[in-house]
Amino acid sequence: MRLICPCCGWRDRREFTYMGADDYLHRPVPDAPPEAWDEYLHNRTNPAGAARDLWYHDPCGTWVCITRDTITHAVTDGTRLEDAQ
Amino acid sequence: MRFNAWQILKQGLSGNRGWHPHWRKPDPKPDYDAIIIGGGGHGLATAYYLAKNHGLTNIAVLEKGYLGGGNIGRNTTIVRANYFLPGNSEFYSHSLKLWEGLEADLNYNVMHSQRGLINLFHSDGQRDAFARRGNAMLAQGDDAILLGREDVRKILPYLDYDQARFPIYGGLYHKRGGTARHDAVAWGYARGADQRGVDLIENCEVTGISVDQGRVTGVTTTRGQIRARKVAIVVAGRSSQVAAMAGLRLPIESHILQAFVTEGLKPVIDHVISFGMGHFYISQSDKGGLVFGGDLDFYASYAARGNLPGVEQVMEAGMALMPMIGRAKLLRSWGGIMDMTPDGSPIIDRTPIDGLYLDAGWCYGGFKAVPASGWCMAHLMATDEPHPVARRFRLDRFATGDLLDEEGTGSQHNLH
Repeated sequence: MRLICPCCGWRDRREFTYMGADDYLHRPVPDAPPEAWDEYLHNRTNPAGAARDLWYHDPCGTWVCITRDTITHAVTDGTRLEDAQ
Repeated sequence: MRFNAWQILKQGLSGNRGWHPHWRKPDPKPDYDAIIIGGGGHGLATAYYLAKNHGLTNIAVLEKGYLGGGNIGRNTTIVRANYFLPGNSEFYSHSLKLWEGLEADLNYNVMHSQRGLINLFHSDGQRDAFARRGNAMLAQGDDAILLGREDVRKILPYLDYDQARFPIYGGLYHKRGGTARHDAVAWGYARGADQRGVDLIENCEVTGISVDQGRVTGVTTTRGQIRARKVAIVVAGRSSQVAAMAGLRLPIESHILQAFVTEGLKPVIDHVISFGMGHFYISQSDKGGLVFGGDLDFYASYAARGNLPGVEQVMEAGMALMPMIGRAKLLRSWGGIMDMTPDGSPIIDRTPIDGLYLDAGWCYGGFKAVPASGWCMAHLMATDEPHPVARRFRLDRFATGDLLDEEGTGSQHNLH
């Protein structure tokens, strides 16, 4: 599997570290109720098919939001987190 | 028909024409007392123990494919009870005891082979950790022997003891650990459940879960509507999708775990060997193939196949541990879809919907848990109370903080 880094283009999967689903983009406000933090940290939609998740491109230090298919491993997009939010 | 030596002799002398299919192929009835979604090891074991322990026989197991076609047929078949944490320890201990009586109970040869499991350690710190784990196992009533380097060398002379990165300091020997024939476990439970009147319905995919005023009323399937007062989701690998039919979002992320088998060889590896530092574990099947696996590929996936970096990592670990396997040819590899929870432990619990139960989150350890998972899930469904040995496998433990983090690495999705 190759992933898209917005800085470096298509790169080998081994250059990336996986963080998790794009739920991590929606951090609750500090005084949000515990349920919101539980949703943010633990509960996942976990889609079979189209998914967006966060990866770190180790060589260039860019956080990337990857759009891919979890059944076919097809990767269609890689966006900087700043632009994904 | 009961299987025994006399039957084999009789059938052999009469041209083997008297063997029959091991279970019926019934059509679904419109109404059941309980429905179990998922005809894998855990679902079939749940049905079996519901019928056997609780006398509930008006039940159905719904399987979208064929029985035992999921993760029960896609694992490395290791059976062990070497857990450390209270909550896990008593559960897997119970499971191993059930394994030890399983063949007699089911009247089915699951080829359970207690060949012994050796977990290697490679530093003084790791030795301390394994001594502590061994003590926990002994305190639980299971067996554990702490072996030094020379003790391990006597049992496993073919390992590379002097590798520079991870020299072998010793191992924790769990003699009652071993392997079992994975498919036969599903078949044995299926036959046992069928004999007690459970309907095993294959090619029947659940497409919806009906809920009325907070209470489950049945399911919609590709073979029609089926009503039931109790519904169990036992579909590890697809838990998130099935739970979503009832509007639930689970603390689960699906990951891929690869395993491999070589061509058949003469007997060479007599035990199950676990090389934790390389995320590598190996045993030899009765057919002669070396069966081994590694770590997760570490990204969410439903592909049931992994990527080559995962293959490379496992092969490197194998070669580092036992260079002798380098000339064995790899025959097959496969990937199982793991329900990964944030803390790496499973869930056997009620859900916020009355009558809907969840058995999920088996991470990379579901096979050895099959008997106890079925036993405890059946207890939960029949009595509405968690079984004492599974009381910590709660769905809400991530919200409350009552975690079961066996590895001690934290409660976050990308850590297990």
